[in-house]
Amino acid sequence: MDKFGFTLSKARVIDYEANDRTIVDYIIEREPSLKLCIECGCCTATCTTGNFTDFSLREIHILLKRGENEQVRQKIKKCMLCGKCILVCPRGVNTRNVVSLARQAFRNTEGYEF
Amino acid sequence: MNFDPFVIPFNIGLYFILIYAVVRSVIWFRELSRPDKLRLQRGFFGRAFGQSLKEIFLESLIHRKILKSNPRLGYMHMSLAFGWFLLILFGTIEADIFGERHLNPPDRAIFFRFFNPDHGKTFFESSYAFMMDLILAFILSGLVLAVIKRFSSKVVGMKKTTKLKPLDKVALTSLWLIFPSRLIAESLTSGAYGTGSFLTGSLGEWFASFLPANELAYPFWWLYSLSLGTFFVLLPLTRYLHIPTELFLIFMRNSGIRTGDRPGTYSEVEVHSCSSCGMCIDVCQLGFSAGINTIQATYLMKGIRNREELHDIAHNCLMCGRCDQICPVGIEISPIRMIVRRTEDIENVYESRWKGYLRSRINVVTPRQETGTSYDFLPVRKQEKTDVLYFAGCMTHLTPSIKKAMVRILDASGLKWSFMDEDGGVCCGRPLMLEGNDREARELINHNSDLIWKSGARTLVTSCPICYKVFRESYYLDLEVLHHSQFIKNLIDEGLVDLNYLQKRVTYHTPCELGRRSGVYDEPLEVIKHVASLEATGYDNENSLCCGGSLGNIMLSREKRQKIAEDVTARLTACSPDSLITACPLCKKTLAQATSTRVMDIAELAVEAIAAVPEVKKTRRGVSKKKVIGETTATI
Repeated sequence: MDKFGFTLSKARVIDYEANDRTIVDYIIEREPSLKLCIECGCCTATCTTGNFTDFSLREIHILLKRGENEQVRQKIKKCMLCGKCILVCPRGVNTRNVVSLARQAFRNTEGYEF
Repeated sequence: MNFDPFVIPFNIGLYFILIYAVVRSVIWFRELSRPDKLRLQRGFFGRAFGQSLKEIFLESLIHRKILKSNPRLGYMHMSLAFGWFLLILFGTIEADIFGERHLNPPDRAIFFRFFNPDHGKTFFESSYAFMMDLILAFILSGLVLAVIKRFSSKVVGMKKTTKLKPLDKVALTSLWLIFPSRLIAESLTSGAYGTGSFLTGSLGEWFASFLPANELAYPFWWLYSLSLGTFFVLLPLTRYLHIPTELFLIFMRNSGIRTGDRPGTYSEVEVHSCSSCGMCIDVCQLGFSAGINTIQATYLMKGIRNREELHDIAHNCLMCGRCDQICPVGIEISPIRMIVRRTEDIENVYESRWKGYLRSRINVVTPRQETGTSYDFLPVRKQEKTDVLYFAGCMTHLTPSIKKAMVRILDASGLKWSFMDEDGGVCCGRPLMLEGNDREARELINHNSDLIWKSGARTLVTSCPICYKVFRESYYLDLEVLHHSQFIKNLIDEGLVDLNYLQKRVTYHTPCELGRRSGVYDEPLEVIKHVASLEATGYDNENSLCCGGSLGNIMLSREKRQKIAEDVTARLTACSPDSLITACPLCKKTLAQATSTRVMDIAELAVEAIAAVPEVKKTRRGVSKKKVIGETTATI
């Protein structure tokens, strides 16, 4: 296969084995509505923080579920908890609590500085 | 007879509780901040002292607030508190006048009948005994109500009563035993000696007709003394600590001490003053609309006292303030809840001595260590000079009709104004504060303050009551902050806009953050009455409901929010009005999802009145002012 150039690009590999789901499990245990998210991006479209940066709650949800916690940790501080995303969410995900719980999870989990 | 061993349990209890009260007060006083100590000292020699005595009489004894809102429940509390007080007072006087000598020790007065069984023969003595019996009967009637309330709270007009912990039940049983055992003991002694008045006398006579009254009386005197002693010793560990603590609370409050935002003596006194009466349970919308019955204020206070896990109780609350309003003790519940929210990520160190008799609150308060700032991405923004600055707020951007309406009104007013967050803006900071993240909120506050200062405005108008509250209380601004309902009212008063009268029947939903939280009740009502016919709903002003969308609650699921909103809209549209008016974008959005009635913001209503045809003009009250409408509607 290698000869034909059909290898997987390293940058696009999601290594589920190596990734760490402790944070997302912590959140889902306390806020099961996170499982309802269909990643439609309405939250990102209305986001107050998203107005100024590339902050995207949709992206954060995806990263969380993949277990790419380091990226989430850096991004999640930017949220202002203003709550517009809850009102536009078509699935009724309690997005504010997801953010708040993620912060809490990073604080309470060893190995992460928050 | 001078002494009998049965008085020992009572005396142990009494002297224990007196010493305990002194020790506890000294500890509390020492832990007060310096300004609060000064306030307390000033209060002691000033008017606050007299006011406190009056309030203690009216609230702690008579229970005036409960009597007003629920007469049966009020009677129950009054008969126990005021009756017991009268019994002690007149008992002491009785022992002083009729006893062997003056100035007796307390046990003489409490067990007067035992030591003076012959008392009550002369006319004066028997009329005094009649009064004592009357007081006892008064207490017993309340006690009957209390026992019934434990088993069926509906009898006293309450939907639910507080669930108790085991130690509370022991204390409750000993409290319940005090008065019946006194009744039986006194009756038996009176029966044996042929004394006593209508209650103890006749009951005693009946007992004596078939029982050896004199021999049986002694065990009941022991029971009376034991139940008093047990009650006093358990008092500091149970909810009954509220009886002495409430006196401190009233005095401290009258001296001008407030809860503040840190745990301290005052919040601790407040927590211990909660009598678990359960009035907050019945007004809580999470309870009666969403079926959540574990988080009400009384359980918060109980949780703090018993150091339970508080996260869910503290966060699962709409912060609507209905319980603050109803609390008969006047505990500032929401500030205490906010303290718990703020401190829960802090390392809590409790100290406990004497198995909980003397426990101190959270002692070490270290602010959370967070690395770097969170909102350093916020750009430096430009702001032009203006007179009136309009801040729509995040929620208003989600309800563009309010924003558009406000733009029209501001244009119509002819004032020089500027739109501060036309580009979407930065959050005011209150949602973060409501989660206890004050440090992060401060960054947003600084950012917004900078813009407001740059504008040089004299008036800041906001459409969102959440922002309104935080602008007024947590920003350091040197300008007038107005909610748009107040602003519209000012425009009407000054004749800057001319509104027509609409042929509409409307009801008004008071947003919590605007009403109970900021005390703005009259201005929105005046604006509405100016343009439409306002129907009363029974949930007006302080008694208003929360829409259910509150940002104060981070845990509530959408289904429960929907339930609350449906319940609220059903109550507010019971008279089938043309529209339901509110003054908050978040309330509007939440309510609109739950009803078929049109939900409008007060600004939209005003704009409708500006644009309405002038034929309805004749029905308008007052003289028409200068013709602003004609010009403005043309320019918009």
